Amino acid sequence: MTTAALLNFNQIKFTYPIGKSAVMESLDLEILSGTVTAILGPNGAGKTTLLHLAQGWLKPQHGQILLNQQALSSFSRRSLGQWIGLVPQAEHIPFEYSLLEFVLLGRAPHMAPLAMPAQADYEIAIEALRQVGMYELQERSILSLSGGERQLVLVARALAQQPKLLLLDEPTSHLDLSNKGRLLNLLRELLAKDVTILFTTHEPEVASALATQLVLMKKGEILKTGPFSDVFTSDNLSELYQLPVSVADISGRKVALWA
Amino acid sequence: MNSDQVVNGINSSNNKISRRQALWWLTLLLFLVLGFSFFLGRYPSPGFIKIERLMNDSLAQSLVFNLRLPRLLTAALLGMALSAAGVIFQMIFGNPLVEPGFLGVSQGASFGAALSIIFFTQSAWAVQTSAAIFAFLGLGFSYFLARRVHYGGWVLRLILAGIAVSALFSAGLGVLKYTADPLSQLQEITFWLLGGLWGLTWPKFLSILPAVFIGLFIAYRMRWRLNLLSLNDETAFSLGAAPGRERTLVLVAAVIATSAVISVAGMVSWVGLIIPHISRRLFGADARFVLPGSMLIGAAFTILCDDLARVLFAGEIPLGILTSLIGAAIFMGLMIQKRVLVQR
Repeated sequence: MTTAALLNFNQIKFTYPIGKSAVMESLDLEILSGTVTAILGPNGAGKTTLLHLAQGWLKPQHGQILLNQQALSSFSRRSLGQWIGLVPQAEHIPFEYSLLEFVLLGRAPHMAPLAMPAQADYEIAIEALRQVGMYELQERSILSLSGGERQLVLVARALAQQPKLLLLDEPTSHLDLSNKGRLLNLLRELLAKDVTILFTTHEPEVASALATQLVLMKKGEILKTGPFSDVFTSDNLSELYQLPVSVADISGRKVALWA
Repeated sequence: MNSDQVVNGINSSNNKISRRQALWWLTLLLFLVLGFSFFLGRYPSPGFIKIERLMNDSLAQSLVFNLRLPRLLTAALLGMALSAAGVIFQMIFGNPLVEPGFLGVSQGASFGAALSIIFFTQSAWAVQTSAAIFAFLGLGFSYFLARRVHYGGWVLRLILAGIAVSALFSAGLGVLKYTADPLSQLQEITFWLLGGLWGLTWPKFLSILPAVFIGLFIAYRMRWRLNLLSLNDETAFSLGAAPGRERTLVLVAAVIATSAVISVAGMVSWVGLIIPHISRRLFGADARFVLPGSMLIGAAFTILCDDLARVLFAGEIPLGILTSLIGAAIFMGLMIQKRVLVQR
């Protein structure tokens, strides 16, 4: 495992244009290359904002974000699209795209701006659909899918994008148990291909099953960060959620128990 | 094997028509409609003109080549521009129920035309220029107003701003009509608002051709990218697009083309709403096919409506009335009918 930082947040201050108070005052964070980092935190902690800052969509009022030791702002949009993939929590899809048409959009950053998808793009998109187990549904309308299936299609689109850094915003929130397992396995495969993964979640056991690094986030600040097993402790989680949480070890995996 | 056949994917062996083939069929249909309409008229009697007559009668030749042909071609441009603009507006605003009538474009254009008719001159170029300028003003005003609104998402804000701007221009138009000379100017304004292609000549056709061509060319080149621009801002951004800049570019392209055709044809409504729907029924959601499909269907539809407008009665029926009547009827039909697809 390499230890170089892929993504750095240096003293990031961020306020939404319409918001009254700053979401983040001065946030520092380092995401190591080749790791899976989970972000845990209560609702409104600023997890999604952090992902949007990391993808370059939101720009901090103060501080600097570095991607691969270079200022994020110095990347062109297209190269950002090649570097970073985003799986949003949910997405408004206005038209009845077929799954394949939709997943093909993930190829956009690899294509010339006015080009049409080529044979190779189709093959990559179809492979991405196969990976999430939706190959047979490729001609179905995306609007006919359930919430969980749609979430998998969003993942497939990011797979087709072939990013080096994959950001996922609560990727398992709509998935049933077997699809959760499928997604986790997929992410492990990506990790083996040297893709760095950063995801938010409200499910400690998902973080526990996958993450090598853990970030605890609260009110726009990093409460704790470090290797997963060091940070995933009863004390830390109890402080994070303001609730007595105990951490147990069940067949080698840490599990959080609460209430 | 081209990439389109991959879209058919698993079922590529069965006999569905591929979307690319469907576009060729529509092109053929458009040429058939053009050819058919070329011979259709009220000279010497309502119906088709005979080829012998066209060969020998100089009045017939002059009529067909100097009046009917430019009119048909303008009808095609009109249909293409309105339908393409409809697709673009629907994609950009992620809403299948918008058209250039939103965002103050159409209302701005009519206000501009009326303004020119009353205060400057009724000459065609002045009316056209004024209409185009105010169409852009309408769009610009809606855009900047939407940026100042602090309520709801970007699309909702744009639509709210567009409603306000449209209302403003409509009120202005009302004032203009009230002050207009009822014997000359008011008639002119009313005919313009009803929309129609009478008195279309080659110079008029040629005067709008460059603007329509540029607008449609930009839109056509960006047809696949329109899909990307229909997504959320942050998603479009994460896929390497510049959502704000690229959306503005295609919107401007759409307004360039629409304001040009509106300036010679007046207000021809419903084409921009109904044609993209029909095209989507045929081609699915992918704008790569929906956009050219809409342009072809829109051109054929507008030519046919204009055929009715000029042939049905001795006195011309305003085209805008026909497109509204037929468009609304088709729209109702589409809404209650089960979907009919060439292939998905």
